[in-house]
Amino acid sequence: MTLATLLLLAAALIGIGFYGALSQQSFVMLMMGLELILNGVMLAAVAFWALSGAGAPEGQLLTIVVMAVMAIEMAMGFALVVAVFRTKQADVTEGITGLKH
Amino acid sequence: MDYPLIVDIFFLLLATLAVVSGWRVFCTDSMVRASFFLLVSFIAVGVIMILLTAEYLGVAMFFMMAVEMMVMAIFMVMFMMNPAGLNPMMMVHQHKFSIAAGVAIFVVLGGVALLSEFPDNPLPADLDPVASLGNELLGDSMLIFESAGIVLLTTMIGVVVLSSHRGRYGAAEEGSMPPGLEPGGDPAGMPEEGDEGGHHHCH
Repeated sequence: MTLATLLLLAAALIGIGFYGALSQQSFVMLMMGLELILNGVMLAAVAFWALSGAGAPEGQLLTIVVMAVMAIEMAMGFALVVAVFRTKQADVTEGITGLKH
Repeated sequence: MDYPLIVDIFFLLLATLAVVSGWRVFCTDSMVRASFFLLVSFIAVGVIMILLTAEYLGVAMFFMMAVEMMVMAIFMVMFMMNPAGLNPMMMVHQHKFSIAAGVAIFVVLGGVALLSEFPDNPLPADLDPVASLGNELLGDSMLIFESAGIVLLTTMIGVVVLSSHRGRYGAAEEGSMPPGLEPGGDPAGMPEEGDEGGHHHCH
């Protein structure tokens, strides 16, 4: 467990999440991709905190902030899915082709 | 910083678990199962955080992700056809481009991880990670921490506004038709009058 291997793992998670966010058609699966990206980001932040930052407490704080971002993304994402589903009956990204209402 | 062999072995297992379950999220048939695979991936990363002595963050990850994935599974059942995975399912667009983009991101970030020189400053031996985080949260970085709390409150209000049944410009679903039970079929039934839809709030 070195900084390089930890960052490689984080890079793999970010790559998989990026693939998911770009490729998935349904909104909820798309959000799962975003969550995986943030998962990798949190791991990288903790890895830097533990192995490269001499335990500066701001490293852990950054992870907490990313966790808050994750919660916000999840809540707003689901609220938008509900709103879009109400108006357009769409649960896949192709269902929204424009901003007209 | 050198870790004992057992930590390295655990890390290897957990890293494999995190990557494999993260990958399975996007190729399992059942969307509920996909959310549980994502949960496994998060828990593996949380255990790695605990191995890195960030105990608070690792445990917070467990709690947060367990709840979050349950909510996600409920939304899956609500919105998705095929939550149980009874039929094969692959709902993707621009697939080749996405694979190429994901691999490119991995190669670039992995290259940064392997090729760049990061300072080697491991944790001091006498550091108590939880106490140092607590002192930071309620000390120097209190403004950031409180701002995060305010933003979360704003999110709650925004979520309720977005998902509430009746908005400023009339009923949210005005003019929309429920989808048919089969493609092109009759609407599955209009919402009843006076249905306030409080069950749609996610908090």
